[in-house]
Amino acid sequence: MKRIAISLLLLASVAAAPAQARLKVFACEPEWGSLVRELAGDKVDLDVATTALQDVHVVEAKPSLIAKVRAADLVVCTGAGLEVGWLPQLIRQSGNAKVASGAGSFMAGAQVKTLEKPTALDRANGDVHPDGNPHIQMDPRRVLIVARQLDARLIQVDPANADTYRQRGADFEKRWLAAMSRWKAEAAPLKGRKVVVHHTSWVYLWDWLGVQQIGALEPKPAVPPTAAHLAELVGTTKSNDTLAIVHAAYQDSKPSNWLSERTGVPVVSLPFTVGGDAQSSDLFGLFDSTISKLVGAAK
Amino acid sequence: MKCYVITSYPLNALSMHKSLLSLVLLSILSAPVLAAPQQRDHDRIAALEAQVQALQAELQAMKSTAPAAVASAPSVVAPGTTTADEIDALAADAPDSAPQTTDAGSMGVAASDAGVSAGSGNSSANAFNPAISLILNGSYSHHSLDPDAYMRASFPLAGEAGPSPDGFSLGESEISLATNVDDKFYGQLTLAVESEDGEDHLGVEEAFIDTTTLPGGFNLRMGRFFSNIGYLNSHHAHTDSFFDRPLPYQAFLGGQYGDDGVQLRWIAPTSVFLEFGGELLRGEPYPSGGAQNGGVGSRTLFAHIGGDAGDNNEWLAGVSMLRTSTANGEDGFSGDADVYIADATWKWAPQGNFKDGGVTLRGEYLLDDRDGIYSDPDDPLNTAPWSGQRHGGYVEGVYRINRRWDVGYRYDGLWGDSDLPLASGFDPYRHTAELTWRNSEFSLFRLQIGRDRPNASDTDNVFTLQYQTSLGAHGAHKF
Repeated sequence: MKRIAISLLLLASVAAAPAQARLKVFACEPEWGSLVRELAGDKVDLDVATTALQDVHVVEAKPSLIAKVRAADLVVCTGAGLEVGWLPQLIRQSGNAKVASGAGSFMAGAQVKTLEKPTALDRANGDVHPDGNPHIQMDPRRVLIVARQLDARLIQVDPANADTYRQRGADFEKRWLAAMSRWKAEAAPLKGRKVVVHHTSWVYLWDWLGVQQIGALEPKPAVPPTAAHLAELVGTTKSNDTLAIVHAAYQDSKPSNWLSERTGVPVVSLPFTVGGDAQSSDLFGLFDSTISKLVGAAK
Repeated sequence: MKCYVITSYPLNALSMHKSLLSLVLLSILSAPVLAAPQQRDHDRIAALEAQVQALQAELQAMKSTAPAAVASAPSVVAPGTTTADEIDALAADAPDSAPQTTDAGSMGVAASDAGVSAGSGNSSANAFNPAISLILNGSYSHHSLDPDAYMRASFPLAGEAGPSPDGFSLGESEISLATNVDDKFYGQLTLAVESEDGEDHLGVEEAFIDTTTLPGGFNLRMGRFFSNIGYLNSHHAHTDSFFDRPLPYQAFLGGQYGDDGVQLRWIAPTSVFLEFGGELLRGEPYPSGGAQNGGVGSRTLFAHIGGDAGDNNEWLAGVSMLRTSTANGEDGFSGDADVYIADATWKWAPQGNFKDGGVTLRGEYLLDDRDGIYSDPDDPLNTAPWSGQRHGGYVEGVYRINRRWDVGYRYDGLWGDSDLPLASGFDPYRHTAELTWRNSEFSLFRLQIGRDRPNASDTDNVFTLQYQTSLGAHGAHKF
């Protein structure tokens, strides 16, 4: 049934041969998909490669994704090594030169200053990212910088709709700045508080909110923690008036619950990206939910 | 002609949008009493906007008078008042404002199979070095049957077929270098070190260049490479779920068919993954032999189709053929040989997180169809006509328990026409089970046990312990 529908659609699209084809955008992560929607509205066709319940470090170069990259005019990804295990393979397999480099390749991580750039590259420290921590979407300030650059890029690759992008970009910036001051005000009680995390995915959020991270369940990326580390972490968590143990919606909650049982510190599951919980239907909802969950733990 | 496929996602989003809109409209129409609070909200938003604008103007003024002072201490100023400068300070030093200048160092083609980019910002001459990745592995095997006495009925060992050596062995270690050549080409070299009877051999496993800018979804590959026929053939052995290749690959492709030549591949502009391609190859290694037809002894055709079924399922299937002319092949065959392959892979994992748990099922069927003569390599005068079909297949299932463990089972077998020169009336088969433990993405230990029936009278019980590590650039593997 679905197959028939697809082939009918295909036929229809061939027959119709649209004179004005819409820009096709391939977003690696939901947060950039949401940003593209904010800036471009219905002027583009959008494919989002991953969901909030996937670990984007280890996505596979699936055939369906190759087909999507093949069709794309613009690829919007995080970069900074986050998709190193699959995006290069997708681009090479798809044979789409447009998105391999240049104007068709937009890397959000390259637009902002990254944190945690390692001074020494050694896999003994796990799967470290040479370009710094790639999870920049959790800082609304950096999201705004990315939005400005992405808007400029949309105008560049699709000048026919430049006015729309300009107008929507300005509108997004206005709403985003207003939301940012609201979030900052709501998050005031979080300032200076201490948290323990599952994986060090949250440095940008803490940097923005002034929250202090005192430990991680999985301190080395992609390497399971040792028993000694966990024992030490129980002590640290207990003795520091820790606000919460934070993990992302896609991560297994077991380690966090384990630590919570031993310390009495509550577990907070944050959406991490658009679609990570019911409230996070777009970028605004992502931060609404994140802030309210953290503030909820502080009460 | 271009053909555009409208994917379902934006359609859904659109229709959702529409129904949302109509909902909002409805609620506004049916509830005039809400108008008052809404008006208040509007006023509040307007007031807020005015406030933000005022703040921004103020900031602009501050910026022009004392930018350094503000920028140097953004965190000590009260929240809200520093937003603009704070944000400006976080932008990358050289934001990608001129993207036309190819940044091959970022996440583009440069960071390829073998992985990591040369690293932007690294200005030393080494920054242009290819990405280097190393595969180191080793194994210990115990066979109940002496590998030297191993004889596979009806299917003589050729290429890299056959049991692993008894005892400790280095197996195959690999070094791979890859990078963009320039704006139009990508190059990769893979060298493999093998030990055979105490002697080390360094071999060129792959050495090819790919085009990166052909239009219309075309890709041209030139050099030495593993043919894209079947599923396993184009995959390096270190990505396999088992220690050794299945019997049909051993019997009909010598383990893995790689040769010198050219490959043209095309990805169709469809929402389902559709790949078509063909290769012209020299025709030197088994099942070819003697580089016939003026050094263009082998031709291949392949087609693959794949896609999603929901968030949890992925599939890939294909049909391929290899047509080759052989003179004095390793198994004594001369003539025309065709190998046909059908392959299918299905993966299931919750939310598509394959590394955290799930099931992979794979099967391939190989048909070997030959027309020529057999002459005994040990006694060239002993000849016989060879015309007929042989078959082989395997099915394997791997259950990924979590990020560290997986367990798998494979059944593989061979069978063929009974009137072929080497036919014995016995069909070899094997049962194999494996258990893998990973410390990280970069290292694994594998325990494999197998029960191999190579001929009517022998059974080889095999126990293998293997380690495999991946060093250097982070690899990006094919599905």
